[in-house]
Amino acid sequence: MGLLFTMTVPLVMMGVALYASAKRVDVYTALVDGAGEGLGTMARIAPALVALLTAVYMLRASGALELAAGAMAPVLGWLGIPPETAPLLMVRPVSGSAALGVGAELIETYGPDSTVGRTAAVMLGSTETTFYTIAVYFGAAGIRRTRYAVPAALCADLAGFVAASWAVRLCFT
Amino acid sequence: MAMALIWTGMVTVSILCGLLTGRGPEVAAAAMEGAQAAVELCISMLGILCLWMGVMEVMRRCGLAEKLSRLLRPLLRLLYPEFREDQAVMDAVSANFSANLLGLGNAATPLGIDAVRRMSRRSPGVASDDMCTLVVCNTASIQLLPTTVASVRAAAGSAAPFDILPAVWLASLISVTVGLSAAKLMARLWRR
Repeated sequence: MGLLFTMTVPLVMMGVALYASAKRVDVYTALVDGAGEGLGTMARIAPALVALLTAVYMLRASGALELAAGAMAPVLGWLGIPPETAPLLMVRPVSGSAALGVGAELIETYGPDSTVGRTAAVMLGSTETTFYTIAVYFGAAGIRRTRYAVPAALCADLAGFVAASWAVRLCFT
Repeated sequence: MAMALIWTGMVTVSILCGLLTGRGPEVAAAAMEGAQAAVELCISMLGILCLWMGVMEVMRRCGLAEKLSRLLRPLLRLLYPEFREDQAVMDAVSANFSANLLGLGNAATPLGIDAVRRMSRRSPGVASDDMCTLVVCNTASIQLLPTTVASVRAAAGSAAPFDILPAVWLASLISVTVGLSAAKLMARLWRR
């Protein structure tokens, strides 16, 4: 099974290329055009990451992150969430680039193949920037009374964090 | 504005906390390191990110997203009972869902906005149950291949950046299920 998941990306690449060739799409041109857009995406994320990683590194050096983790540890421990991920839980629903910055710092500090690093990665991969998404969607449609959209979406986030911690323990121990 | 508050708060807290715990010099050094680390992270992520954006562009051009959205149609009729007969809304929500699954974030957002605008014509200014469902589906990540995260892991030297896939799928599935169940439950309690 492990090999299958490791091979997912190259297999998807091959599958897509074969399907596209069958549909007479110029695979190479599309691939290169898309990769070019990747540069633009990175150019858009980079300034936010510079600002946010600076703040995250300062927080880490000051000991504030350990304090926050310590304060939240009893609740997180009861839910089965590694307390080191506390800062990620706090920024995830608010800002996508801040979450990427905090998550990248956790992955780097604890190692990408450690339990904390993996949990942070799974949390990033299974949740979204809730408040931003709600603001964009309802803002565009002129919705003022959002009813239960925010609490329901936050339930999904909390479930995602807990499930990420459980899933990592289930898959990697 | 929210980000300005958050950033200012982060910097202020770290300086106050650093001075109180006697780690002032470390905080000062970290302020320089962070900016450099961000650029290094960006450069080491860039390869996988560009490659995957390329693969996604191929998926888009060969109509894979459309095919997927047609496959998803029956499922989405169940999720959006108020609009199941509305062709334009069903087109938009299924295209939005399939773009989210494939990780085509730039394509998913305008489609979702189009869907929510059409839905809002029936209840101006108030979020209907189906609109809340749409928002929950979009705030719970359902991306099948989380490439940005994988590129961060690769940049940090992971042995197999994509070995988290089963865990991500499991966590996403639980998150979406809980979110949609919570929405259905709250819809009963939260009358308009």
